[in-house]
Amino acid sequence: MERWLNFLEVNASRILELTVDHAILVTLAIVVALAIGIPLGIYLTTNEYLAGVVLQVASITLTIPSIALFGVMIPIFSLIGQGIGFLPAFVALVLYAQLPIIRNTYTAIKNVNPEMRDAAIGMGMKTHQRLWRVEIPNALPVIMAGIRTAVVLNIGIAVIAAYIGAGGLGVLITQGISRGDNYLIISGSIAVAILAIIADAFLLMIQKFFTNKGYSQVTAER
Amino acid sequence: MKRQKLIANIVRLSLYALVAAFFIWAIANSYFDYIFTQQGTFLILLRQHIVLVVVSSLLAILIAVPAGILVTRPKFRKAEWIFSNIANLGQTIPSLAVLALMISLLGIGFKTAVFALFIYSILPIFRNTVAGIDTIDENMIDAAKGMGMKPYQILFRIELPNSAYSILAGIRTAVVLNIGTAALAYVIGAGGLGVWIFTGINLFDNGFLISGAIPVTLLAILADYLLRKLEYVVVPEGARRTGKIED
Amino acid sequence: MISFKHVTKAYNEENIAVNDVDFTVEQGKIVVLLGPSGCGKTTLLRMVNRLESITDGEIIINGENSMDLDAIELRRKIGYVIQSNGLFPNMTIEENVMLVPDLLGWSKKEKRERFTYLMKLSGLDPEEYGKRFPYQLSGGQQQRIGVVRALAADPPVMLMDEPFGALDPIIREKIQDEFLQIQREVKKTILFVSHDIDEAIKMADKIVLLRDGEIMQFDTPSEMLAHPKNEFVSQFFGKDRAIKSLSLHTVKDLQGIIGLGEVDDSIQDTKTINVHQDLRNTLSMLMNQEADQVIVTDDEGERIGSITIDLVQKYLHFEIKGKLSVSQEG
Repeated sequence: MERWLNFLEVNASRILELTVDHAILVTLAIVVALAIGIPLGIYLTTNEYLAGVVLQVASITLTIPSIALFGVMIPIFSLIGQGIGFLPAFVALVLYAQLPIIRNTYTAIKNVNPEMRDAAIGMGMKTHQRLWRVEIPNALPVIMAGIRTAVVLNIGIAVIAAYIGAGGLGVLITQGISRGDNYLIISGSIAVAILAIIADAFLLMIQKFFTNKGYSQVTAER
Repeated sequence: MKRQKLIANIVRLSLYALVAAFFIWAIANSYFDYIFTQQGTFLILLRQHIVLVVVSSLLAILIAVPAGILVTRPKFRKAEWIFSNIANLGQTIPSLAVLALMISLLGIGFKTAVFALFIYSILPIFRNTVAGIDTIDENMIDAAKGMGMKPYQILFRIELPNSAYSILAGIRTAVVLNIGTAALAYVIGAGGLGVWIFTGINLFDNGFLISGAIPVTLLAILADYLLRKLEYVVVPEGARRTGKIED
Repeated sequence: MISFKHVTKAYNEENIAVNDVDFTVEQGKIVVLLGPSGCGKTTLLRMVNRLESITDGEIIINGENSMDLDAIELRRKIGYVIQSNGLFPNMTIEENVMLVPDLLGWSKKEKRERFTYLMKLSGLDPEEYGKRFPYQLSGGQQQRIGVVRALAADPPVMLMDEPFGALDPIIREKIQDEFLQIQREVKKTILFVSHDIDEAIKMADKIVLLRDGEIMQFDTPSEMLAHPKNEFVSQFFGKDRAIKSLSLHTVKDLQGIIGLGEVDDSIQDTKTINVHQDLRNTLSMLMNQEADQVIVTDDEGERIGSITIDLVQKYLHFEIKGKLSVSQEG
């Protein structure tokens, strides 16, 4: 216990710093993933054929092991002189976040009660009005669930990104391994777990806020 | 309708083209050459990788499925949330950390990696087993009891067939995850294809990177595909639609 | 035969689900447990096959105390049908239906024969449906299979828990008719839970009306409608119970008491009804004025007379109102 206190006394500020780095990397990746995934998911509801293609590709992407995807990213990005560091890790995280976001957006809007949609059409709403006023608000809880999955997934994957020089809490773990220092490994792991739990709880709160406000419960698909 | 199909096909073809371009580029730069020039090493690494995954996955299935069945029995129902919460919490611990922490328990090497992979893949299988059994309609179980089925008959004839889809999906998730995590086994000296990926990172050698990363990727995609096919064979036709929980 | 002997079920001192219930379902008869939700009717039913425990009293099934038997053995001798049919999605229709015979170790040939017999009995093609899965059937078909499955091992006793409750009214009535047809052939001893008054009147040889776990009245449907024992019973059946009771009588009954009218051949716009039609349907047909004259035919299709609203009213007065007024005076 005393050793732990000593360890934390020395390393607390560094752990905090790396936690912030980790959170920033994941947040940036999620923001970009949302900017791509949500419009794409919405568009896919108007094109069944494309939906099939995109969802299949996204689901294959998710099966690619993270270290292997980093391995492929490095040679590609070294073409533009960005081989190791932030960019390949960032792009990989954006890709991994796509499936849960696109899939949940797509299914949520697809599953909006058809009677509600009919009512909107019957009231003379135009397509974009219907989308903004009826379909998106009602699909929000499920879309939020997709975002949660993506965030928790990314927090875990970003750990491995430390090996390709992307920083974050993975640095503690990789250093711990190479130095045989369990304090580093354990503190890094706990910090990652806490970050994931807090992010998940925070997003769940937002999701519940939308759900409780009388929005319809579209059956969630994780 | 026609335009939609056209767009879909253009996207599909561009993706094919992108993948093809990548392979042509990689071949043109001889990035795959290590697989052939160091064929012996490649095969050893591949075998290590597969053995790691197969052994740890089988052990995980042997533990996680019975455990999932056990906690869904009436006697343990009340304790179920404890296990489920532990399982959920466990999934927030990074795979790399699980590997690393095992070093202090078991030292460096193959056995440690198998044990770490085994621990890590228990979670998805356990979770899906519990979820699969839990989502079975209570009325169905009530009908089965009312017909005079014994508990083990209800388990083997009703509960397991109707949750097979979910259980197999959990196994698939675990195996695919395992293939990726096994690529990290290098860091605790257990070999596998990760050796080449990490060598590539350390030496800035694109050849090692690609020769390691692409086989691992194909292995994961292949395992995913085969296990989906297996689901189709194993799960009874009527239970396919009811058992769907996770994609 | 199922006898309830002072049966009580209590969860604790205050919470009593079933209180000192005492009645008998005679061999080959249908007794309907009727009452508002939470009256304990389903609990009472589930005590028979021991899905619920008994706190006090005993249930005797064909001479044997249910508690003396092994629960599994007992259940295999009792057919059980529930509202949401409870078919197993992983099994084909044939596997579903033949599950209990399979558990009992019947031979393949016996099972095959029984399946064919039962499916034909309920008007379903065994070849066509046998290999299908439950999801490939409509709600009504699934519910029929649920009933067929309960009959599979030819149990002397059947428990039916709102078996037709989830169906829409038209299909429900059709399946009720079909089931009564089957019952005439198989003559099972049946305990049937319902919250639907019309269903109870139609299906029951006798009704047990329950409130808060206690029997309010145990009688034949016509007695219960004509002589409600207390305020709760008469309110439960409603002000229109005289009209409801008409469904228990047929044109034939009316013919026997007051006779039919003459057929007037000069009227062109006519409709015919069968002499076995119940008077409630006959009355609604007359009230809708679907034709100028309604002609009654016998089973051979011979015209045997005509019927009017006046005649039904007279019958109601003599046969039912008469009794009703007596009970009110008493």
